[in-house]
Amino acid sequence: MSPEQAVCAYAMRLGDNALVLGQRLTELVAAGPELEEELANANFALDYIGQARMYYALAARLEGKGRDEDALAFLRPEHEFRNLLLVEQPNGHFGDTVVRQVLFESFYRLQLDALVQCKDAGLAEIAARAAKEVRYHLRHGTQWLVRLGDGTAQSHARVQASLLELWPYTGEMFAEDDLDVIIRESVGGPDLAALQREWQADVAAIVEQATLTLPDSGWMASGGKQGRHTEHMGYLLAEMQYLQRSYPGATW
Amino acid sequence: MTKQEWPLYEVFIRSRAGLSHRHAGSVHAADDAMALDHARDTYTRRSEGVSIWVVRSDRIVASDPAETAAFFEPAEDKVYRHPTFYDIPDEVENL
Repeated sequence: MSPEQAVCAYAMRLGDNALVLGQRLTELVAAGPELEEELANANFALDYIGQARMYYALAARLEGKGRDEDALAFLRPEHEFRNLLLVEQPNGHFGDTVVRQVLFESFYRLQLDALVQCKDAGLAEIAARAAKEVRYHLRHGTQWLVRLGDGTAQSHARVQASLLELWPYTGEMFAEDDLDVIIRESVGGPDLAALQREWQADVAAIVEQATLTLPDSGWMASGGKQGRHTEHMGYLLAEMQYLQRSYPGATW
Repeated sequence: MTKQEWPLYEVFIRSRAGLSHRHAGSVHAADDAMALDHARDTYTRRSEGVSIWVVRSDRIVASDPAETAAFFEPAEDKVYRHPTFYDIPDEVENL
């Protein structure tokens, strides 16, 4: 795999994370618990869809096969999506969403910080822009996790259960595969082992502030980066891709 | 279950450096940090600001409409308080 092909595949992977999470957050539009929270969530969803467009545009350009960002988003089957399993997990209740966002974004922030420093100008440029957005998301999500964890007995119990349920999807973020190695060695991308140490410290601090208990490491799910997804992914894609699949090329 | 409303906060935005904060509107929030987030998400989505103040609405001390006459009318006939004889150069904005 040439460095160019590796950056293309990696940008696609980043785009898949952003698009799938953006689609998940979009599902919550018009279902927010409060008007202001509703607006915040819609902003986050749009941030992710904007990031997905930038990553896909970069991937499409490097791929050079004439596919555009829409083709990458709407015309690929499930096994070609290389997003993390964590981001495709359903929204559940508000606490589930908050925990998913904090677990992913505390990783994504570190990943972006590393990419800002990498040798590929295209990736670094997108990462610099996305990092600012994600910093704010994480600030917002962290505050919510602390409020819920350190809130009532009920909110504490529910968000602790969310943490236990989503925890097994965090291992995959740091499980280095061939592409991660190439990106690290030839492009100067993130060192996932170092990221994991930082992430664990960050998450432990948030969890402690939220008076929650960090789950044991235990069994970790994997497969997203290789295109093997959880049962939820098919439903998400069906809804997201329905229009372009039914009416190819439809625009409005 | 009765739903309890979050307290109201007033939002003030400074649109760019050098200008004063101006009242932009209000948001509901459970605490100060959330109020700042909500103000950011509600009122600065289109780059309206570089700084935000929020303050709980019930902490604002306001003048009493019934006392408008005593408060404000005495200033009306004191024209000598208005510096009308200065020429303001065209280049000076925001004075």
